[in-house]
This record gives sequence, structure tokens and C-alpha cells, in this order.
Amino acid sequence: MITFTDQNFGKEVLESKTPVLVDFWAPWCVPCQMVGPTVEELAKEFEGKVKIGKLNVDENPQVAVKYNVMSIPTVIFFKEGKEAARQIGLESKETYLKLISS
Amino acid sequence: MLYDLIIIGAGPAGLTASIYASRYQIKHLLIGSRLGGTMVWASMIENYPGFELITGADLAQKMMAQVKKLGVEIKNTGVLEIKQKENIFELKTENDEVYEAKALIIATGTQRQKLNIPGEADYLGKGVSYCATCDAAFFKEKTVAVVGGSNAAVTSALHLADLAQKVYLIYRKRPLRADPIWQERAQKNAKVEIIYETNIMGILGDEQKVTALKLDKTYQQNEQLKVDGLFIEIGGQPGTELMKPLGVELNKEGYLKVKPDMSTNVVGIFAAGDVANAFGEFRQIVTATSEGALAANSVYRFLMGTKK
Repeated sequence: MITFTDQNFGKEVLESKTPVLVDFWAPWCVPCQMVGPTVEELAKEFEGKVKIGKLNVDENPQVAVKYNVMSIPTVIFFKEGKEAARQIGLESKETYLKLISS
Repeated sequence: MLYDLIIIGAGPAGLTASIYASRYQIKHLLIGSRLGGTMVWASMIENYPGFELITGADLAQKMMAQVKKLGVEIKNTGVLEIKQKENIFELKTENDEVYEAKALIIATGTQRQKLNIPGEADYLGKGVSYCATCDAAFFKEKTVAVVGGSNAAVTSALHLADLAQKVYLIYRKRPLRADPIWQERAQKNAKVEIIYETNIMGILGDEQKVTALKLDKTYQQNEQLKVDGLFIEIGGQPGTELMKPLGVELNKEGYLKVKPDMSTNVVGIFAAGDVANAFGEFRQIVTATSEGALAANSVYRFLMGTKK
């Protein structure tokens, strides 16, 4: 699992050759704590194929504002540096799998 | 694959049912689309014995760990359809897998009630939210509205008032139905303004963000109320869609009717937790776990009976 930040977002997400799944979360968001383990499972399953990690919106407001994230948990799937799909709210692993295959 | 039991729902009722089923050595599967269920929205649980203070997510993780330790796999997906073929129930999941079981425990809980008005879906995550504790921080120094009159609505409004510049609490009736202590706190809070006997007809925005709400009557000479966000706290509705084709009886509020042993009117289908009407309006984690245990015990007896 990668930790994305305002500083590394350009290199790790926008310039990434593999697709990227970003889990936007914050420590105060209780349902976000349920997304974490699911995303970790996905990170193992898709190792080498999809880059998967978390971004703390409290510590990294620039990315959150740029992508207009106003509700968490939000999971965004990026392909070639562009947003390809977004899922807002706590969803099932199956839903996040569909996001990756979109 | 044929199981003795399939539990649908991974909240406290379903998870407890699984723990008991494991101890009864019932071959079973647990399928749930929202791990932990409704309790994962609770930031402070102070009434579950054994834990003075715990978050819903932590309690859910602990219950899930206990389920898994007993050797049960939790399928984190939704169930699309259930068919009854003689004495066997056939389930199809969202990922196109099919499972069969001799008995079912329905522990599907409740889903958040939506307003079902124009703009609600379009502006989800762009100002529309169903979780004040999650999203209040995005509305620092902004103007927001909360819709609803319950404890959840009023506590959301008070939580938002800590960060926002202004909070409107909009309720279709008068007075609020929240506990008196919460009503008093809302009335005394200088940032909270309560708008009674008013409905929201639509959520307006500039494509990017919410800008205003359309009300069914004028408020201070305006039909539109300028806000940056809307928090929807109008309760839940039971997740019973899968049950209707099977002929499971509902009460008039739409919850599954259960007998004292948690069985429904359909032989082999049991229910537990918020989706069932066992404790009337009283829906707690502690009642859900009790119902889950009881349902598993009844399934055990039911399966023993079918083997004779």
C-alpha cells in the first residue's frame, strides 16, 4: 500500500504507467476505517497491475480540493493520470473491483 | 455449493449469528455488502457492554475477526436474487456466483433513507452528504443545511455548527422529534437556525457544487435557501427487497415479521437485527447481537429437525 500525498501525487498517480486506485480518507471518518482493510486486500491482489493506496485529506488538502472531494470515503480510479471512475461512500469489495475493471 | 445456512448481512446481527453457527458446527456462509452494517457510522459507542468507548468501525473489525477466526469466510458482495426450490434457497450474488442453503438468516439491516428529490444523486459528494462526522470538515466557515428532526439530525447539526458558519435545520413537522436535551442544545446554539414545517423540493447547484435548496414555502421571502451543502439525516428503511418474491411477511412499517424464535412465516427463513421487528422500534447493537444468536440457535434446531 502506498501513501499518496500532495507532494508525491504528481509522480505516483498522474505520471504512473499503471492504473492507480486512491482511497481518500481522514482519521475522524469512521466508515473510512472500514474501507482501509478492503483496499489493502485489493492492493495485494492487484500487485504489479494496479497501484493502490490511501490519501489523507486532512494532511493533503490540495489534492482533495483539486478533485473536489467533499465527502469521504471516496475512492477514485485513475488511468493515465486521468480520473476514470469514482465511488463515493462505503461500498463493498465487489463495487471497488468493478471500479478497477471499468 | 450447498450450505446448511447462509447469513445475509455483515452487521452485528449477521456476525453474531455466524459466531453462534460456527459453535453449533453449522456449515455456513456469510454474505454482506456493507461490512459492519449501520454501526460503522457510529463514532462513539458507549452502550455495548465490555467496551466503555469504542468506534463502530473498531467494534465491527473485532466482530469480523472473531467470525474469521472460527473459519468462516465473509463474502463482501451484494445478493441480487433469492429463489426457493422446494426446500433449498438459491442465491445469486453481484459477482455472478450462485450458492444454495437449507436455511437463511436475513440480517440485512436498514439502508439510509433518501429524500428522492431532484439533484440528490447528482450532487452526492458535491455538497450532498449522509455523514456529518465524515464530511463536516469540508464545510469550514460555510453555510449548510441538515434535513431531519431526529436525534441523528440534531446531533449532526450541532457537530456541523462547530465548523460551519451557519447551519439550517430543516424539518417537515413541528416540534423536532429529537430528545428534549438535544432540542434545547440546538435552540441555544447561535449558529443553528431551525426551519419547521418545510420540505426540500430540490437541490440546486452549478454542476460542480451545491448552491441552494428549493423549499416548498418561502423562508424570509425567499423560495431558495442559499447553502453550500446538505446533510440528509431522515432515518433508515429496512432492506427487504429480496424477501418480497419469497412471500416473507412484513409489518406495516416494512420490517420483517418474526416470531419469538426469530423465524418468519416462510419455513427455513429466519431474520435478525434492524431488519426484523423483534424489539419494535428499539434497534440497538446489543439487540441485534441477541437476535443474531437466537436466530442461529433456532436454525440449529430447525436443521436438527429436518435430519430426522
